[in-house]
Amino acid sequence: MAEVNVQTYPVKQADEQVISPWREAWRTLRKNKLALVGMGIIGFFVIVALLAPWIAPYPYDVGDLKMKNQPPSEQHLLGTDYNGRDVLSRVIYGARISLWVGTFAVIGSVVAGTILGLLSGYYGRWVDTLISRLFDIMLAFPSILLAIAIVAILGPSLQNALLAIAIVNIPTFGRLVRSRVLSLKEEEFVMAARAIGMKDSRILLQHILPNSMAPIIVTGTLGIATAIIEAAALGFLGLGAQAPEPEWGKMLSDSRQYIQKAPWTVIFPGLSIMLTVLGFNLIGDGLRDALDPRMKN
Amino acid sequence: MSQPVLQIENLQTHFFTDRGQVPAVDGVSITVHKGEVVGIVGESGCGKSVTSLSIMKLVPNPPGKIVGGAIRFKGEDLVLASEKRMREIRGNEIAMIFQEPMTSLNPVFTIGDQIGEAIRLHTKTSKKEARQKSIEMLKKVGIPRAEAIVDEYPHQLSGGMRQRVMIAMAMACNPELLIADEPTTALDVTIQAQILDLMRQLNQEADTAVLLITHDLGVVAQMCHRVVVMYAGNVIEEGDVRTILKNPKHPYTIGLLNSLPKLEESQERLYSIPGNVPIPGSLTAGCRFAPRCEQAMDRCRQEMPELIPVEENHRSRCWLSI
Repeated sequence: MAEVNVQTYPVKQADEQVISPWREAWRTLRKNKLALVGMGIIGFFVIVALLAPWIAPYPYDVGDLKMKNQPPSEQHLLGTDYNGRDVLSRVIYGARISLWVGTFAVIGSVVAGTILGLLSGYYGRWVDTLISRLFDIMLAFPSILLAIAIVAILGPSLQNALLAIAIVNIPTFGRLVRSRVLSLKEEEFVMAARAIGMKDSRILLQHILPNSMAPIIVTGTLGIATAIIEAAALGFLGLGAQAPEPEWGKMLSDSRQYIQKAPWTVIFPGLSIMLTVLGFNLIGDGLRDALDPRMKN
Repeated sequence: MSQPVLQIENLQTHFFTDRGQVPAVDGVSITVHKGEVVGIVGESGCGKSVTSLSIMKLVPNPPGKIVGGAIRFKGEDLVLASEKRMREIRGNEIAMIFQEPMTSLNPVFTIGDQIGEAIRLHTKTSKKEARQKSIEMLKKVGIPRAEAIVDEYPHQLSGGMRQRVMIAMAMACNPELLIADEPTTALDVTIQAQILDLMRQLNQEADTAVLLITHDLGVVAQMCHRVVVMYAGNVIEEGDVRTILKNPKHPYTIGLLNSLPKLEESQERLYSIPGNVPIPGSLTAGCRFAPRCEQAMDRCRQEMPELIPVEENHRSRCWLSI
């Protein structure tokens, strides 16, 4: 075949850069002030968590009992708790735990939910029935109750709390992915992929999965916030982190009897939970605006 | 002539729905020879697209199923072929272009990725070579700045450009048969002409047989060697393009041609065939067109005619053609 001579239309300016959909989303995200605030908050906590051993002024697990329930002072910027431990140091180390639990619980649910959702959406029939009914059953329980039941079986510890939160959130992602697959598999580009002789499994991974990433990322980011709250709740109930781990929820429950005498022991862990959750929610909302094609003008 | 590239014999593709079995394609026979462009025309819902999807065995199942007939591709019956064999054929020996260029490309991959993918599925090619080949194909289909376009995303291209990309993708593995399902319907008229030009040139240069599905008789006149007119799941008339356009025998074909606007004559109102295409599944005995036919006789309502030879290379399914 030789080259075909067809008239060409006026071409775009050559200096126009090629922008991938992800870069374009990043540009939109950067314009969103609230999302930037969210990223600032989370960025701050991430740095704090990473540098914890260097920036924490005191160890998180040893306190001076003579100095218990001291108000914020020059020595202890956020005061001390009922064991005389430095609240600031514990909040700093707590950031590690909360971010770790939130992130990995969501990664776990996303991976499991995505695999189940892809299978159920693409293959349909009995696979779909089986997986969907399983999700229905799991969603019939209040999530925190289900998490408590799982931790009760496995035994209270931070790892088991993380596992429980991951399991409880699988149906959220499973259903999301399934519904994406159901609509995407009717798309013409999926038919076109089959028409060039592509296997089902490759269509699933190469065409359907990448097109489902946007909602997964958005829900995943918002899910980190929920997971952090759930981890704090389990910690508060004594089913998550165990003493002396400085988990924020655990700190709240341990100090709640001193709430009148030493409010700083409750305020600062509570504030940290609130801020990280807010941060993830702001990023999540920003991502939704940036990644949702319907929001584009 | 040598063995035809494609020989469809008495193909029956039925849909099994809650309201019973619907014969969308009911006994269609079409032959395509090497290097030939065959058009399938007919109104919406007459079974054109289902026929083309049946050849690729891409009819959604359930509810659709090929229940009878044979599809011989170079002698091999595709109806009996395994899914694995079909995957080897799809894209490599038979390629397909779809109606909607706006949605036929995956929005998250670059043009080069997608053409390269088609090449790499069927040939052992490195990524680099596939990219080179993609650029080459883009140039072949008349895309300007192919080196830059190869790294662009579908949303940056216009409809006409995307359809060119689809054609480049379809032609990448040098298929022997190209099925084009209304390739120009979604494009505006000037782009339509360019795409048709391009397809004709590719057909002549690569000797690829083309099965062109359309409802546009203008496209048929411009492109095809032979034409098959379908109505309600049946072939009702077939023959050389000139014969059919100049001397149509079946009242339906005559009706279709009369409903085209003509430049020479000023018409008050455009002719239209009375009635609608029957809903498949609600068919009665006799000729399927009889309820809408102005020349229907008693015999038409009782007996379905066969494809009756009118002259050489021209057959019509009508009692009047005897």
